[in-house]
Amino acid sequence: MHLTLRHQKQLKTLVIGALAWGIALLLFFPIFWMLLTSFKTEIEAFSTPPSFLFTPTLENYLTINERSDYFHFAWNSVVVSVLSTLLGMLVAVPAAYSMAFFETKRTKSTLLWMLSTKMLPPVGVLVPIYLLVKDAGLLDTKAALIVIYTLINLPIMVWMIYTYFKEIPKDILEAARMDGATLLQEVTSVLLPMSKGGLASTILLSLILCWNEAFWSLNLTSSEAAPLTALVASYSSPEGLFWAKLSAVSTLACAPIIIIGWFSQKQLVRGLSFGAVK
Amino acid sequence: MKKLIKNVALAAVAASLFPQALAAQAKVTIGTVNNADMIRMQKLSEVFEKENPDIDLDWVILEENTLRQRLTTDIATQGGQFDVVTIGMYETPIWGAKGWLEKLENLPASYDIDDVFPSVKEGLSVDGTLYALPFYGEGSMTYYRTDLFEKHALTMPQQPSWDQMMDFAKKLHDPDNGVYGMCLRGKAGWGENMALMTTIANAFGARWFDQKWKPELDQKAWKEAMQFYVDLLGQYGPPGASSNGFNENLALFNSGKCAMWVDATVAGSFLTDSSQSVVADKVGFSLAPSQKTRQGASWLWAWGLAIPKTSDAKTAAQKFTLWATSKKYAQLVAETHGVAAMPPGTRQSTYANAEYLEKAPFAKMTLLSMEKADPKKPSMHPVPYVGIQFAAIPEFQSIATQVGKFLSGALAGSMTVEQAAKSSQRATERVMKRARYYR
Repeated sequence: MHLTLRHQKQLKTLVIGALAWGIALLLFFPIFWMLLTSFKTEIEAFSTPPSFLFTPTLENYLTINERSDYFHFAWNSVVVSVLSTLLGMLVAVPAAYSMAFFETKRTKSTLLWMLSTKMLPPVGVLVPIYLLVKDAGLLDTKAALIVIYTLINLPIMVWMIYTYFKEIPKDILEAARMDGATLLQEVTSVLLPMSKGGLASTILLSLILCWNEAFWSLNLTSSEAAPLTALVASYSSPEGLFWAKLSAVSTLACAPIIIIGWFSQKQLVRGLSFGAVK
Repeated sequence: MKKLIKNVALAAVAASLFPQALAAQAKVTIGTVNNADMIRMQKLSEVFEKENPDIDLDWVILEENTLRQRLTTDIATQGGQFDVVTIGMYETPIWGAKGWLEKLENLPASYDIDDVFPSVKEGLSVDGTLYALPFYGEGSMTYYRTDLFEKHALTMPQQPSWDQMMDFAKKLHDPDNGVYGMCLRGKAGWGENMALMTTIANAFGARWFDQKWKPELDQKAWKEAMQFYVDLLGQYGPPGASSNGFNENLALFNSGKCAMWVDATVAGSFLTDSSQSVVADKVGFSLAPSQKTRQGASWLWAWGLAIPKTSDAKTAAQKFTLWATSKKYAQLVAETHGVAAMPPGTRQSTYANAEYLEKAPFAKMTLLSMEKADPKKPSMHPVPYVGIQFAAIPEFQSIATQVGKFLSGALAGSMTVEQAAKSSQRATERVMKRARYYR
């Protein structure tokens, strides 16, 4: 039996749809399982085979509330993520502007070099950075994390903004200049409004990366400046049942960023896929 | 007015970013591991803070391996982030010898240091000088299901041999009904499968190094012990045993799926807790199995509280460590959390308490295990190192982690025991030669 063209198209849409749903569910499953486990008792969390049906309990959330000051850690995460993103943008926008509109023969290699710094395993520079931070008297301060996170995320921020700026025709900026716009006016009144979407997705990505960063936050902070990643790490244990409590604290740590991500998914997807289908 | 608001806001931001500038009281930052006893200590420290209003305690709780790496970085670079650190019998002698820790001398008579188990005291000292005060200690022991033993008319001796364990496992193994004969650590790691494997090797008459620090992992005794472990766990263990650590085995035993388990004495309190275990009233205890020798058959570990040289609140830190490891603290735990929750394995007076022995059915066996353990004589042959389930040298952590991976591979069937032993020997020789233990 031959399928008509219309039927073939419908079937293709159906298969692609089912595949997309399948992948989406697969990706979402760990988060769903974490949420589910956070409402189990420790013994249920470890049970084999795993149980889907159980009497939910808030015991783990109550324990976390009793044992840790969640808002102290959450506030540190917010301050560090927001300030390092702002600082990053202050550097990345001018850098991307000069690279996109005043390209030299070394621009491409500079961009590649910037990206290559992301390939260095962080543990390789742990001791020198620890010593620098210690000598600056910044151990266990938010300032240290802000500077480190800014430096870590700069390459990817510059790259993203550079890609956006490259899409804007130079002629528009030239026209603004001919109309007598100063450099500041050219950037603030023409360039930035035109690349609003790209800047928003860069900011979002930087926020997410800062929020999730665990290596430096665990190594450079102890109590005062410790963000949510340090709180999550404190609930893991090699001797004792801890999965349910760990799931509850992870849910609390992920919740704010998942909510932000959910409401801004349009910009995020646009930002991440920009330039991918040129 | 605007200027005032601006200045106040700036000061607030600066204070938030650089909190050290505002320190007023003696702040003691404690780095510790996440386990039930330590969490209890954190809760009860409110009592200490009330008694000492001039001392403010700050807690940094991390998973054992993360904490170890975090503390090593800080102490080796003299970061000074911690005033009290929770370290074990492995780190204390190494860090003490390097001069990273404060000596703990002239302790007050009321502390009664002679009440502490000599083996624990020895493990936290360098040349007779104490560098950490013990918070809790543990050995290893055998847990078994009394109901299954009764059903099969089997009797568990006070200290079984590994051959007997194999025989019991064979008779009790009933996977169709969800019961596995033997549960043991299989997950790779120096504190995971290698802690247990080293005690098995000790029992089989093996040792890590000869008197000239030459590794002996490809010798007959090691190979026999490795083969025995792989056979026992491979034939009568749960599926996927090579990824099981303490927690996975605890969950298996608690849900009634293990007939026997050899692991840390600290598990006794979890297994007999009816809110966690469905077999709480069916657990029997005996000593860790021996084979050719009893020496080194049960491990010995203690978590201690130490004060880094870099601490800027040494007096306050010492005050806290003395309080948290005292008899008075153990009494406080008994009053607030019940006598069975007293920190185990450190003080002989805990085991002289009749109520404790009655409420903690595993206590007698814990005491026996702790008394039999001698970290200076872990093998029937002389050794150049201290430590039963480890050798207290800085290189051991990386060596045993690597050997643990080979052993786990042999258990999972990706290599033979012969190959695992050869690869382990090669890897260990390389590290020991590079560290110039021998040429």
